[in-house]
Amino acid sequence: MSTTTPKLEVTNASKHFGSLVAVSGVSMRVESGELRAIIGPNGAGKTTFFNLITGFFPPTSGDILLDGQNINKVPAAGRVKMGMGRTFQITEIFPELSVRENARIAVETGLGYSLRPWLNATDKKRVADACDEVMTLANLTVKADRLVGELSHGDQRSAEIAMALALKPSLLLLDEPTAGMGDEETYQVTGLIRRLHRDSKYTIVLIEHDMRVVFHLADRISVLAEGKLLAEGTPQEIGANEHVQNAYLGKAE
Amino acid sequence: MSVTTPSAAAPPSAPVRPWLQLAIIWALLLTVPLWLPLLGGYTAIAARVIIFALAAMSLNLLLGFTGVLSFGHAAYFGLGAYGAGLFLKYVTASTPLAMVAGTLLAGISGTLFGRLLVRRRGVYFAMVTIAFGQVCYYIAYKWNDFTGGYDGLRGFARAPLDFGLFKIDITGSGTLFYYFVIAVFGLAVGLQALILRSPFGRTMLAIRENERRARFLGLPVERHIWLAFSISCFFTGFAGSLYALLNNFADPSTLNYVMSGNLVMITVMGGMRTFWGPLLGAVLFVMLQDYVSSMTTNWMFFVGITFVLVVLVFPRGLMGVLQKRLGA
Ligand SMILES: Nc1ncnc2c1ncn2[C@@H]1O[C@H](COP(=O)(O)OP(=O)(O)OP(=O)(O)O)[C@@H](O)[C@H]1O
Ligand SMILES: [Mg+2]
Repeated sequence: MSTTTPKLEVTNASKHFGSLVAVSGVSMRVESGELRAIIGPNGAGKTTFFNLITGFFPPTSGDILLDGQNINKVPAAGRVKMGMGRTFQITEIFPELSVRENARIAVETGLGYSLRPWLNATDKKRVADACDEVMTLANLTVKADRLVGELSHGDQRSAEIAMALALKPSLLLLDEPTAGMGDEETYQVTGLIRRLHRDSKYTIVLIEHDMRVVFHLADRISVLAEGKLLAEGTPQEIGANEHVQNAYLGKAE
Repeated sequence: MSVTTPSAAAPPSAPVRPWLQLAIIWALLLTVPLWLPLLGGYTAIAARVIIFALAAMSLNLLLGFTGVLSFGHAAYFGLGAYGAGLFLKYVTASTPLAMVAGTLLAGISGTLFGRLLVRRRGVYFAMVTIAFGQVCYYIAYKWNDFTGGYDGLRGFARAPLDFGLFKIDITGSGTLFYYFVIAVFGLAVGLQALILRSPFGRTMLAIRENERRARFLGLPVERHIWLAFSISCFFTGFAGSLYALLNNFADPSTLNYVMSGNLVMITVMGGMRTFWGPLLGAVLFVMLQDYVSSMTTNWMFFVGITFVLVVLVFPRGLMGVLQKRLGA
């Protein structure tokens, strides 16, 4: 046992959908500042595992602890307030609003301004600065006034990451951030994630199919297959693991 | 690349010159008594347009800006009307206080009822809102002694505005009452515009655009829908109280689902995603109601046809089309 409390601890989490067991007794510890990748074949239960962590639905059994505190009973919005930011496998943004408005709503919500009838000049400036900051991070400053729904797929995914960052999360969960991206876009998003991890010290859990991205970025890798945790270790250990080779890496991707 | 400051209320096809649109609308509204008679209209009909427009703009806070389907807003319009009428009849002859009474009755009912609604979505939300409207309708309809039942509530009249030093007599059906309606309309929609531009207003748009994203930004979505619903009910009740003042009469049909449907039609025809759309929708609706009903008793049929045509030809409503044409 390490002496520090892990950022995220999941113990024995399961999720059943009727007779289907999507996640089966998975435990995981993610330390502060770590970048953890979760890999596994389609239908392995990766997204479902994210949904358990973020409170999208309750686990059938098991516990979720954030900073050592059991959050099983905390609803999704409450977990966000406690520092969980998340992006989705299928981009979830506000399509008919501009990039800046998307960022602004996220920033204002993160700052706890969302019930305010108006903002004074200081607060307005604070919001505007924070919007500029996340748009710069996501490389979207020049597209600030475009409708997000009209941007390229890659830019939309970056916009979603920007919104999650606007909340200044202490734990960032990214579900296949490079899905459907071309090489250039993948390279950009990978760069962003690395900067967030190395420079800004974010704790990140990342679901990812692209092995180049995973082995390039991750401190540790967890492998899910058929709802179970198959293996966990450093990229070198996972690369050398026979079970993983058979279950996943060996397969044509 | 043009650098415009996006506003919360800006629709997708934001007009290039919002101030111009505003200037035209207010210039037309303020000069109604000058030009409407030339077209064969009378000022009371313009007051009816304004009141329906206010009710529909209030409903549009939900339909167009929060993305929540309330198909029972006649309840709050009617409660506003009955509240004002009952106050004038049984309490005291004060126009402003009657409006406060109607607004509070509708707004508080909406707030209490909204609490039961917030977990429902889509069609289920819509059905529960209709059901509540019908409950209010039957109460007004059956409770003869107090509400006048089937015949409606009579025996009250709007009182002159008393400012202490001077009085303004709005009891006539002419220009003064119209300007009174325009003044309170301006206050109400000004407040609505401020709400839409506030951080809270932006969360309404967020919920409309993507409820899941809103929730995973940490927004307590249910609470925000509840608040938006309450606000909308207060404004709709305010419009209802004006309607009772206009007619010196409160009619159970103001509570009926037909009225709810009319408000939805006005909003959709005018353009749900635009702030002023319902005003245009109300102009069209009242024109149809007034002119067609003088020719045939089946005027609702023509309203229905018009509605279908507008929706098919201009899915974004009349205002949506205008803005696109003029803004491009
Ligand atoms: N809400 C749900 N209701 C019923 N079954 C579900 C639900 N969500 C996921 N499942 C099922 O659970 C299993 C795991 O799905 P999940 O989306 O977690 O997989 P995944 O590892 O994210 O796959 P992918 O790589 O394709 O995204 C699948 O069989 C899926 O059909
Ligand atoms: Mg998935």
